[in-house]
Amino acid sequence: MSNVANQVMWNRLISIVEEQAQALVRTAFSTSVREAGDLSAGVYNAEGLMLAQAVTGTPGHVNAMADAVPHFIRRIGRDTIREGDVYITNDPWEGTGHLHDFTVVTPAFHQGRLAGFFACTAHVVDVGGRGFGADAASVYEEGIHIPIMRFADAGTVDATLIGIIRSNVREPDQVIGDLYALATCNEIGQRRLTEMMGEFALDDLTGIGSFILENSRRATLERIAALPRDTATGAMRIDGFDVPIDLCVSLTINGDRITCDFTGTSGIDKKGINVPLVYTKAYACYALKCAIAPEIPNNAASLAPFEITAPEGSIVNAVHPAPVALRHIIGHMIPDVVFDALDKILPATVPAEGAGCLCNFQVSLRPTTGQGRRAEVLTFNSGGAGARPGVDGLNATAFPSGVMTMPVEATEHTGPVIIWRKELRPDSGGAGQYRGGLGQYMEVGPAAGFEADFSAMFDRVHHPARGRQGGADGAATTIALDDGGVMQGKGKQFVPAGRRVMLGLPGGAGYGDPASRDPELVKRDLARGYISAKAAMRDYGLSEADIAAIETQVTKGDTA
Amino acid sequence: MQHDIRMGVDIGGTFTDVVLESAGTSHSTKVLTTYAAPEDAIIDGMHQVCAKAGIAPAQIGQIIHGTTLATNALIERRGARTALITTQGFRDVIEMRTESRFEQYDLNLQLPEPLLPRQHRFTLAERVDAQGNVLIPLDRAEVVAMADTLASYNFESIAVGLIHAYLNPDHEKMIRDVLAEKLPDVMVSLSSEVSPQMREYERFNTTVANAYIKPLMKSYLGRLKTRLADEGADCPVFLMHSGGGIISIENAAEFPVRLVESGPAGGAVFAAHIAARYGLDKILSFDMGGTTAKICLIKNQTPKTARVFEVARSYRFKKGSGMPISIPVIDMVEIGAGGGSLAHVDAMRQIRVGPESAGSEPGPACYGRGGARPAVTDADLLLGKLDPDNFAGGSIKLHKDASKAALSALGAPLDMDAITAAYGLAEVVDENMANAARVHAVENGEDLAGYTMIAFGGAAPLHAGRLCEKLGITRLLVPTGAGVGSAIGFLRAPFSFEATRSVYMKLSAFDSGQVRDLLAALAAEATGFVRNCDAKAPIEAQYKVYMRYTGQGWEIPVSLTADQAQNPDAASFQALFEADYASLFGRIVTGMDIEITVWAVNATTASVSAAPLAETPAGRQVTAGDHRALFDPALARMTDAQVVPRASLSPGDHVTGPALITEDETTIVIPVSRMATARPDGTIDITEIRT
Repeated sequence: MSNVANQVMWNRLISIVEEQAQALVRTAFSTSVREAGDLSAGVYNAEGLMLAQAVTGTPGHVNAMADAVPHFIRRIGRDTIREGDVYITNDPWEGTGHLHDFTVVTPAFHQGRLAGFFACTAHVVDVGGRGFGADAASVYEEGIHIPIMRFADAGTVDATLIGIIRSNVREPDQVIGDLYALATCNEIGQRRLTEMMGEFALDDLTGIGSFILENSRRATLERIAALPRDTATGAMRIDGFDVPIDLCVSLTINGDRITCDFTGTSGIDKKGINVPLVYTKAYACYALKCAIAPEIPNNAASLAPFEITAPEGSIVNAVHPAPVALRHIIGHMIPDVVFDALDKILPATVPAEGAGCLCNFQVSLRPTTGQGRRAEVLTFNSGGAGARPGVDGLNATAFPSGVMTMPVEATEHTGPVIIWRKELRPDSGGAGQYRGGLGQYMEVGPAAGFEADFSAMFDRVHHPARGRQGGADGAATTIALDDGGVMQGKGKQFVPAGRRVMLGLPGGAGYGDPASRDPELVKRDLARGYISAKAAMRDYGLSEADIAAIETQVTKGDTA
Repeated sequence: MQHDIRMGVDIGGTFTDVVLESAGTSHSTKVLTTYAAPEDAIIDGMHQVCAKAGIAPAQIGQIIHGTTLATNALIERRGARTALITTQGFRDVIEMRTESRFEQYDLNLQLPEPLLPRQHRFTLAERVDAQGNVLIPLDRAEVVAMADTLASYNFESIAVGLIHAYLNPDHEKMIRDVLAEKLPDVMVSLSSEVSPQMREYERFNTTVANAYIKPLMKSYLGRLKTRLADEGADCPVFLMHSGGGIISIENAAEFPVRLVESGPAGGAVFAAHIAARYGLDKILSFDMGGTTAKICLIKNQTPKTARVFEVARSYRFKKGSGMPISIPVIDMVEIGAGGGSLAHVDAMRQIRVGPESAGSEPGPACYGRGGARPAVTDADLLLGKLDPDNFAGGSIKLHKDASKAALSALGAPLDMDAITAAYGLAEVVDENMANAARVHAVENGEDLAGYTMIAFGGAAPLHAGRLCEKLGITRLLVPTGAGVGSAIGFLRAPFSFEATRSVYMKLSAFDSGQVRDLLAALAAEATGFVRNCDAKAPIEAQYKVYMRYTGQGWEIPVSLTADQAQNPDAASFQALFEADYASLFGRIVTGMDIEITVWAVNATTASVSAAPLAETPAGRQVTAGDHRALFDPALARMTDAQVVPRASLSPGDHVTGPALITEDETTIVIPVSRMATARPDGTIDITEIRT
């Protein structure tokens, strides 16, 4: 095969997995998939090595997807794989970290021979158990657990399996609908692969697979070779559920690989915030790739030089049967820990700490009197991202997660909930030469005639994002009822009729000495109301005369 | 004034195209766009085509105009001093966007700035809920106080966007009434009128965009009308809108955001008209110019439409990096692939092309104006697709040596010679376009097998043949007038206006009376707009509802007949939805409730009917005397191609690939796998040679 043909085919495979992911979004039911983009899709060679993966909203699936297919081949048995088979699991340790993620793998046959595999993952709306939250004491309480098995056998869907899932989840139509959507998107990938193999007269994916993996490996190794050989440690303390959690990493750059070891990190928690290693690997790898090799596509070879380890039984290598439903909270914090170490080796590369985990909550609404509609409303929201060396942090934008928020108007159509406020939170970005991203204020309560349970999934209440290189910390998360009633950052809490939950989502931390900030940017921030006059004076030393001048300028309609 | 004399005008980024049609004849010209006063180029072009046709401007019966001016004003941020008034608690909706990053791996990513800075966004205490009920009434005294505050800011334009105003516009209307009283010189745009659809970010942003460009566009359209009248052309002027229809100049001035992307929309209408002439139901239109390529699906001679699109993408044309505008729009994908797109080799030793473009200065290396990096045009030249002495009718001399040097440099790290690097570059850009077409097709549940491609725009005929090979498309049409396709398209468009409303309704709670009234109100609104443009023509109302299973996020459009709209019932809505869903996704999902989210009525006059094509006579098998070496990418080698001037072909003549059919504006490349037939309308019809 010529170099030009191989280049075209590599492009094509990436396009095929993007198409596969798009088909999933179009046919999925769960809001987490179709609105927020919590899904993955990939193509593999016959040995189970990942050749291409769609870029979706979830770095958390990066390595998990790469590791999953070999588990399927091993459990199913290579000799028994037949055309028309579809395999499935939601195993947190062999899939993508919690029971809510279903992974579906489909073998792709070409001219009667096994050519490769397609895999995809999506977060479904419910898996039974205690519901989506941190409250379970073990994975057994978190819902139904489907080991790696056949969803379809030579084209025939397993009716027994469907029946069992159907009777174990709260929203059976939606969950089963999503499982079919997963199978459908693999089929679309398979169809396109067959077309490509026909067009280029390929018998198998060996040649193109080697081309992709060799070029990716070489490009990644070139990047690593250009880095200083060094070791550094990073650490960060976060809220946890009842007790604070320490995340510790030791990062070493060798000539041909980078290792991250999480020895020293806190042990398993009693609540469902523990993280299977596969998810830890995904976010550690994601952080390294962003900093070192952002444009090299994810595949088996480009991921291989990143080795992530953690002691068994630590909160970042939780083993069965630890509860893991909210593994995203700690998983999303891992990049900040890795960056803490990396900053000591590669100065002026990584951002200051940010909000980290998504600021999600679920509201369970019921009428205060008599019978009426109950509703479950889940929302995704973001605090501020950390300032970068050279650029301010992003306001109210998810990092490291890449998912989207939902429109307030759409959320209010899903149940009797009112979101009274959703806007930027001034003065929450840590001061610095480059300012941390602003968090946001939210106010949310049940509509008239309803009361609610509010399931909180927040961190950074007691441990705000820390500044880097002289930058100040971001603002902490705040949560309370509008009548002053105390609320916790995590767990299910009652909200009476007529009350509102008042949230201040955390800001990102600043980067560099605030005294070095460009005065024009300070004035701009004041004019826009990103910072108050008080903060402009206190943090950046803006004079009263300057402040008065800005205020006049604003009311004349001039932009700073 | 003669009604059968019509002029189409398209203001593009570089050229203003003018087409005049009278009594079956057509005259066109291209003049450079005059940015300071865009009407100057139109007047200049008008005089040119009138002179060619031998008529006076006073004889022109109607002018149809489309323009990129609105788009450019948004991209270049050249709008008016504008404010937003919104619901308390929602000041930052247009700044917070979707709270996500459109590029996952860029640590230094910057999000585009909102059109209005935060200090120009103001809030009022008021609230409507998701059923349209008022939770917090708006106090008129507070609005008056707000107007007093705003007086010192000297705003020229104000956007009003309130939460759930698409369900209940009363508060927005009260604000407009107060502003009209207190600040009579300020233009006001309401979200409940500009884009009455659910999803606050898209609706507010669309309303702000409308307000932002309204003073500019209103002033331009006013000047244009006056200048045309001064020059004798005192005829009605209409505007092409982004949805592919025509609206009055007054509507356009009120809702200028609807003019965004009206030029490319004209191109799609042009392709749809060719499709009608040939009786083709499945068309992929392919428009490739200097910096971008645009691809659009046209089914049953109607371009595919959407309700939201993105303008001003700030990051390599990446999805999500622009701003959403929710208006009825012809749905197309635009990617950074044109003749000027530049190539480089990345860390994986892969050739990458675009979206960075050489533009016209310095241009591709072969222009000899100092450009050293290889562009798509350089590859096309080395591969034999272009004649260095006859580019753009011989007006630009191409330098093959410069192309060769640039491509040698590109190929060096890959151990490729210049020709192989050119082959690689051309294959990558063609593959990029093919991938965009494939993804666009799957997003719309379409399979491109069975489609016919219609290619226009200067660079399209050079690449269309290869694109068809890659997409498995067996027929390609290259019509005449392809260089001014959009302006011709304007003259083929109907008068039309789509009215939409977001109202959620589950089929399990279907209210026939409410549905009937809602659709009737939308039909009256849309028909009223069209009636303003044409007092006599019959107007057809087309009904569409957007439906999905409760719990899904993506609706599919379902068409209703007038009878179904007037006598609606849940069972027939369900049957219509299930039939469409099954054809898109293979199977229906049983036992789930179905809901309707958006209701739309498009009122339209009949499209300009396409005369069916005359029968193609038996022609000659042309064998040209001239030959040129042409690289065939499917065979991966050079071939000996015939060179045939397009003007020398008579209807029915055949040319077998490899061949090049040349004209001043472009060259049509016929690969080895294809043969061309000249049709009576001048179209070159290129089909697969069955082996």
